[in-house]
Amino acid sequence: MANDENANEKPTASEGIPAPEGAANLIDTDYVIGQDNITASPLGIDVDLHGKVFMFSSIVILLFVILTLALQDQMEPIFNSMFSFLTTNLGWVFLLGANVFVLLALVLIFTPLGRVRIGGADATPDFGYAGWFAMLFAAGMGIGLMFYGVSEPLGHYGTALGGISLGEDGLRTDWAPLGGAEGDQAGAISLSMAATIFHWGLHPWGAYAIVGLSLAIFAFNKGLPLTMRSIFYPILGERVWGWPGHVIDILAVFATLFGLTTSLGIGATQAAGGLNYLFGIPSGDATLVLLILGITLVALGSIMLGVDKGVQRLSQINMSLAALLLLFVILVGPTLMIATGVVENLIGYVTHLPALSMPFGREDANFSQGWTAFYWAWWIAWSPFVGMFIARVSRGRTVREFLISVLLIPTLASVVWMTAFGTTAIDQVISDGITEVQDAALELQLFTMLEYLPLTAITSFVGIVLVVVFFITSSDSGSLVIDSITAGGKVDAPKPQRVFWALIEGALAIALLLGGGLAALQTAALTTGLPFTLVLLVGCYAIIKGLMSEPR
Amino acid sequence: MYSKIMVPIDLAHIPLIEPTLQTVADLAQHYNAEVCYVGVTANTPGSVARTPQEFSQKLEAFAQERAKVHGQPVSTHTIVSPDPIADLDDDLIQAIKDVGADLVVMPTHPPKHIDVIMPSHGGKVATHTDVSVFLVRPTKG
Repeated sequence: MANDENANEKPTASEGIPAPEGAANLIDTDYVIGQDNITASPLGIDVDLHGKVFMFSSIVILLFVILTLALQDQMEPIFNSMFSFLTTNLGWVFLLGANVFVLLALVLIFTPLGRVRIGGADATPDFGYAGWFAMLFAAGMGIGLMFYGVSEPLGHYGTALGGISLGEDGLRTDWAPLGGAEGDQAGAISLSMAATIFHWGLHPWGAYAIVGLSLAIFAFNKGLPLTMRSIFYPILGERVWGWPGHVIDILAVFATLFGLTTSLGIGATQAAGGLNYLFGIPSGDATLVLLILGITLVALGSIMLGVDKGVQRLSQINMSLAALLLLFVILVGPTLMIATGVVENLIGYVTHLPALSMPFGREDANFSQGWTAFYWAWWIAWSPFVGMFIARVSRGRTVREFLISVLLIPTLASVVWMTAFGTTAIDQVISDGITEVQDAALELQLFTMLEYLPLTAITSFVGIVLVVVFFITSSDSGSLVIDSITAGGKVDAPKPQRVFWALIEGALAIALLLGGGLAALQTAALTTGLPFTLVLLVGCYAIIKGLMSEPR
Repeated sequence: MYSKIMVPIDLAHIPLIEPTLQTVADLAQHYNAEVCYVGVTANTPGSVARTPQEFSQKLEAFAQERAKVHGQPVSTHTIVSPDPIADLDDDLIQAIKDVGADLVVMPTHPPKHIDVIMPSHGGKVATHTDVSVFLVRPTKG
């Protein structure tokens, strides 16, 4: 061990490369991580970037923003028709793909392949359970639960109760899930909760799990760089280091950046709405800009502190706050209904699951295309970001442990969260005849619901804090991910690069909120869901192939 | 006066830290001290090594090579961090205690404006340890 004479030369072959902790099966490649990188020091700031990926993604992003801002009226219809074409005609691809991801993830838990450990047979986890799980959840959903926790169950409840209505052409014009539940209150509650949990349960986490697991295996066990292209190695071989790989990475940067930016816009809108609702602060452009600036500044501080002291700590704080808010709603809301609801909704979810996830022969086109396919495109477009981040913090876990923690536990958490917020909101409608929540704007429904519970001022404020902190962690982990992809898989590229990406995210969000076009870009980000569905299907193949060759 | 010199090194930029290595060699001979070379690596595959274990091997090999140059006893210490860029300073400060060094010699860059927001690693380490720290600037020209 002491006399490796080639130590200071670039490795010519990986024969001499010792396995990571314990047995693992490294891939033999001549590629040296960072070999295509450009290192320079402009203005005294060090940079270390993958030239092609960084340049092309920057140019594409810049062009997109300029085009959407300058030609807003022309671009928006193009994006909209593109996306409605995707969900209407290719909705089944999303539904089928998502089913494959969930099934593979579930099956892997029970096979001997689940014994493989990420990072080698003797690897030890880098993060404790609490911090790890908090980061998984904060990165994966966070903000969505705040935004849709009240509005989605309520929305489905309304449409389900309304039942089926047919248009003149005989096609359904209603948005009810499946066959709806006309006039049947209990049935409508059950169906709406099942549909909501379906969108926030196994399927999104299945997509994350596939990306996260394949990246983790190919980075930590196979020794390939931590970027999207690495999972294509079993198919493309050495060609992943050329243009096919560049394209995959550029797409991943694109999806991550626009996904993040549009969410930053949505989050800022909800936080500004909440501040207006609570303190009467005018929710104009000035407030939005200040909010985004503030969020970006705190995110910069967190980036400086790194994963361990930044993202992990903030995620843990936020999980505790979210747990408190959840507990509060359970205790002061219809406690008994929520408690029984968790079990009933879980049963309802499982019973409705086959019908809801059926990719073909659907009669509820509005629901399955407008809601489900839309969500699936959204989750899948987000999966490179969440998956890469999950992969990075999951070294030392076994595949089984990983899948249970990324697939099953978050699903259960979603069930409890959606049940608590959804049941409380629906109960307000049914028992107290409150319709204000239903009538409120989407971003205000959470706050309107909290108003009918005690301690409104405190809980609404906690709600705003949660939205803001979830965005700080997203912006933070997003910058880490984009930086690592544009640095050719290096996680130790100079710090100013992370700062650069965080600033870009903030600036983009402001530009798009003020100039309009946020919706158009969101649509554009969603359209990346289709190519990524294929990327993820490759990921499924890569996982099986990669795990089979690992010692277990 | 000093018995163990800790030298944080970046295996990816050996030519850049040549002045530091020379300083260390002279000091180690003068004080008849042991030299402990410390390297920080990410747990993900990187440009120097594809596994932390390969990194340790390279660090050890590097140290043995330096031993031939200065003739003083050497040791190594590998730090594996999930986020080496952000954790570097704290990891090094901890390493001073772990290896029991009484002098730290490390390379640093000339002061520049960005240090105000992102302090240099050498400066940060020096303000957070009670052992002596010798920061070596790059040679001019």
